[in-house]
Amino acid sequence: MKLEGKTAIVTGASRGIGRSIAIELAKNGANVVVNYSGSEEKAKETAKEVEASGVRALVIRADVSNADDVQAMLKETIGEFGSIDILVNNAGITKDNLLMRMKEEEWDQVMDINLKGVFLTTKAAARPMMKQRKGKIINVSSIVGVMGNAGQANYVASKAGVIGLTKTSAKELAARGINVNAVAPGFIETDMTDELAEDVQASMKKMIPLDRFGKPEDIAKAVVFLASEDADYITGQTIHIDGGMVM
Amino acid sequence: MAEVLDRVTKIIVDRLGVDESEVKLEASFKEDLGADSLDVVELVMELEDEFDMEISDEDAEKIDTVGNAVSYIESKM
Ligand SMILES: NC(=O)c1ccc[n+]([C@@H]2O[C@H](COP(=O)([O-])OP(=O)(O)OC[C@H]3O[C@@H](n4cnc5c(N)ncnc54)[C@H](OP(=O)(O)O)[C@@H]3O)[C@@H](O)[C@H]2O)c1
Repeated sequence: MKLEGKTAIVTGASRGIGRSIAIELAKNGANVVVNYSGSEEKAKETAKEVEASGVRALVIRADVSNADDVQAMLKETIGEFGSIDILVNNAGITKDNLLMRMKEEEWDQVMDINLKGVFLTTKAAARPMMKQRKGKIINVSSIVGVMGNAGQANYVASKAGVIGLTKTSAKELAARGINVNAVAPGFIETDMTDELAEDVQASMKKMIPLDRFGKPEDIAKAVVFLASEDADYITGQTIHIDGGMVM
Repeated sequence: MAEVLDRVTKIIVDRLGVDESEVKLEASFKEDLGADSLDVVELVMELEDEFDMEISDEDAEKIDTVGNAVSYIESKM
C-alpha cells in the first residue's frame, strides 16, 4: 500500500469531498485524523469508514480559522500518532452573493475559513514536517479560483489565494523535503453543489467536455497520488479535476 | 551559565554543520555561520524543544546571534 504507516490530517472530513479523501487515504494504509467543525455525528461516521480499512482514525473538532484550535489539533495528532506526514486542507465554505450585495461578514467568513485556515494549518504542520525532512501538503482550491465566477467574489478570491499560497509554501518548504500542491475541483456532487438551482447545474454541465459532474472520489484519488511517493518530484502545482472545463 | 551555552552550541554544530570553534557568542547565524532564514527558524524550533519553552514569533525574530540565543534562554529559565 502506498501510504502504509503514514499519518494524515484531513480538514473538513465530516462530509463531501473531505470525507471521501479520508476514506481513500485509509484504503491506502494511512491513519487519518478526521477534522470537523460542527457535524460531529458525520465525522464519527467518516471515522468508522476509515477504520474499516484496518487503520486508525481520530476525530478532532477544530475550527480551521482559529489558531488555538489548529495548534491543539496538531498537538493531539502528534501525541496520538507520533508524526504528521500528510496534511489535506479541504475545509471550505461558500457565502455567495453579487459583489454589489456582498456583506463584509460574508467576505470575512469565507476568507477566514478558506484562506486563513490553510495558512494556519500549514504553519502548524510545517514545523514537525520540517524536522522530519518530509511531508506532503495538499490544498483543495477550486476551478473557479482559476477562471472567476459571478456571484462568488469572496469564494473565488479565497480559492485563487490558496493557489498563490500553495506556490509560495512550495518554494519555502522545498528545501526541507516538503511538497505542497493543490487540486482544483470543478463541479463535484456534494452538499455544497446540491444547493445550486437546477438551471445553474444544467448550464454548468454544458461547459464540461467529459459531460458529467465529478464525484468526490475523483478528487480523492488525485489527492492520494499527490500524497504518495509517486509524486515526490511534483510541487507547487495545481491539478484541475474538472472534466476538462478549464484547459 | 556555561551549561546553556554548551547545549546551544551542540545544536548549532549539529544543525549548521559548523565547527565548534566558530560558535562564539558574537557570531551571527546568518553572517558568520552560513545559515539561511529557514535554518534560523529551525534552530529556534530546536532550542524550544531542547529547553522545553515556547518562543513567540516576535521574540524569535530578535534571536540572530549565538549570544542573543543564550541570553534569551537564560532570561526565561
Ligand atoms: N463541491 C464542489 O463542487 C467543489 C468544487 C470546487 C472546490 N470545492 C472545495 O472542496 C472542499 C470541500 O467541499 P465539499 O463540497 O465537500 O463541501 P461540504 O460538503 O460543504 O463540506 C465542507 C466540509 O468543511 C467543513 N468545515 C466547514 N467550516 C469549517 C471550519 N471552520 N473548520 C473545519 N472544518 C470546516 C465541514 O465540516 P462541518 O460539517 O463539521 O461543519 C465539512 O466537513 C471545499 O474547500 C470546497 O471549496 C468543492
